[in-house]
Order: sequence, then structure tokens, then C-alpha cells
Amino acid sequence: MITELLLLCITTILADNFVLCKFLGCCPFLGVSKQVQTAVGMSLAVTFVMTVASAITWLVQYFVLVPFAMEYMQTVSFILVIAVLVQFVEMVLQKMSPGLYNALGIYLPLITTNCAVLGVAILNITEGFDFIQAVVYGFSAGLSFLVAIVLFAGVRERLAAADIPKALQGFPIALLAAGILAMAFLGFQGLSF
Amino acid sequence: MSAWKEFSKGLLKENPTFVQLLGMCPTLAVTTSVSNGLGMGLSATAVLIGSNIVISLIRKWIPNKIRIASYIVVIAGFVSVIEMLLKAYAPAVSRSLGLFIPLIVVNCIILARAEAFASRNTVCASALDGLGMGLGFTFALTVISAVRELLGAGTILGVPVFGASFMPATMLILPPGAFIVLGLMIGLIQWMMQKRKERMHHDN
Repeated sequence: MITELLLLCITTILADNFVLCKFLGCCPFLGVSKQVQTAVGMSLAVTFVMTVASAITWLVQYFVLVPFAMEYMQTVSFILVIAVLVQFVEMVLQKMSPGLYNALGIYLPLITTNCAVLGVAILNITEGFDFIQAVVYGFSAGLSFLVAIVLFAGVRERLAAADIPKALQGFPIALLAAGILAMAFLGFQGLSF
Repeated sequence: MSAWKEFSKGLLKENPTFVQLLGMCPTLAVTTSVSNGLGMGLSATAVLIGSNIVISLIRKWIPNKIRIASYIVVIAGFVSVIEMLLKAYAPAVSRSLGLFIPLIVVNCIILARAEAFASRNTVCASALDGLGMGLGFTFALTVISAVRELLGAGTILGVPVFGASFMPATMLILPPGAFIVLGLMIGLIQWMMQKRKERMHHDN
């Protein structure tokens, strides 16, 4: 049981990385990765939201939607749960850590539209996970986002000082660097557990 | 004249993918083949037109504080409709796009148009804006997926283009290829825009 969960966690972080293999959460990955510090703060907030969202959406699916045969409302109800949760995290951060709140600024409300959060909630259902697996999957998906964005922010801090052809400056070179990072993560898919 | 302007700005000048750099997740994820790119682009266009029209209709009644939440509910409604329609009438598309159909809800292009355009403009203008932006998105997805499918699998819409001796660069239809093709393409567009600016500067 424990080994299975651990394997699920490692596979999600390395071999099946949410950002670099599944392309979930690319907008914040490309948008909030200019500095390591903000990247860490952002991804911690995302990890928290993803873990809690996984738990709540799983309960909503199996205790509300399925008994009432309303599975077609899945998309609408999940996004509502996530929107409320993000609002809650925003209020907590504002009270507990104003510094972090100011640093993350406009990106906090954007977690609602981070497709990794809705993605993990829907994947939990389509993969047929039980409650524990769903929570672990949500948490490790958040960690995989953290690993990818922190590595990438480190690369981009170096890129800022590099001599880059004028046409490739800014967004294009970031995409190319992400491509090379994705190539490195592709190597993990050769691992067999 | 102005109606044409609302429609055409999304195609090239303010193209959501190439110029505004929005909606990167579906752009990177589904462009492995032209049929996927087209299916995603057209589904998003349908949602965009619908949500733009409805949001523009109710824009005067939405309280400012909860506007984002209300937009998301409207968008999620249309996405559910498209999801069910695709499952019923185009099961193959629905299967190959999979998770990315419900994820149209969180496509930033749609929310950005709701916030920046539909919440301030008339129903007609919003519908045209949605159509133009949607087709611009579809155009971008089609171009990217054509390059990736052609070089990565040697086919277009599943039809082999090169002879049997062609060795496809499979890397291009794997995840790294998505980042690299899009990066080079945006680089190319920036390069062309710079050249054009320089030439205009030169002429003056």
C-alpha cells in the first residue's frame, strides 16, 4: 500500500511530470518563472490548493454527483470548488503572510485558471483513484509542478544575463529552454519501477 | 467597417497564441496532429462565441466583485455542452483530446476575452470578437500541428506525405518538440516584425 503510493508519487514527479510531460499548468510555468523566489511561493500555494482540491472534488464526485446521477455537472462543480478554495487561500495568505501575498500579487487569483488544478481533479476521477490515492496524487502533482518551475526559474535567471539573438529574446528562448528541460525529463520515462 | 475590424483583429494582428501568448497549455499539448489541433481550435471557438455573447448580454447585472466567478460559470456551462456534443457526434475527437476538452474552461484566452472585451462591448461586437479570436487560435494550432505532424510523423491529417524512406523526427511529436517548435515559431514572428519595423524606419 505504502510502496504503491510512493511509486505513484515518484512517477508523477519525474516520469510523468505534470508540466513537462502532460502540459498542465504551462501558463504560470512560463509566466511566474523569472525568479526562483516567486516561483517557490507560487508553487507552494499551488501544491496546497491541488491537495485540498483533490480531496474535496473526490468527495463531491462520489457523495454528491454520483448518487444524484449528475456526472455531467462535473466540470461546472469542480471549477466552482476550486474558485472558492483559491479565494480562501488568498484571504489566509493576506492575513498570515502579507510579504508573500504582495510577491505573488496578481498570480494568486490565477491559480483558479491554472489547468493543473482542474486537471488533477478530473484525472483523479478518470483514473478511478480511491480517496487516499487521490489526495496523494494531488499532492505529488503539486510537487511535480514545484520541481519543474523551480528548475526552470533557475535556468531563466541565467538566461537573463546571457547574450541571446534579438529575435529570440524573452518568450521564445524561454520556450526553447523549457524544451531542453522536457527532453531531460523524457529520460526519466525510461525508468521502470 | 468596424465590424470587420472586430472580427479580423484576432486572426493576425492580435492573434491570441502568436502575439498575445495566451492559452499555452492546449497549444502545447494537443498539437501532435492536425486533426487534434483543428478539433481543439474549433471547440474553443464555439465556447468563445457562446460565452462572449452571454457575458455581453448579462454584463450590466454582474456585480463587479464576483465577475470572474460568474464568467467561469458561464464558460463552464458552454464547455459542458460542447463536451457532451463531441461525445455524441465526434467520439474519436473526444477520445483523442480527452482531458483537454473540460480544460477549455480554464483556457486563458476565453477568460481574457470575457474580461477585456465582452464585459464592455455590445452583443454583436462580442460575437464577432469571439469568432475572430477563436479562428485565430484555430489557425495557430493548425500551423503548429502541421509542422509537428509533418516532420514528426511524416503525415498530414494521417496521410503519408513523404516516401517510405523518410525517417520522421519523432522528438517533434513528443513533449520537448512542442516547446521547441512553438519557441522557434514565435522567434520567427518576432524576427519578421523587427525586420518590418526596421524597413519602415529606413523608408522614413
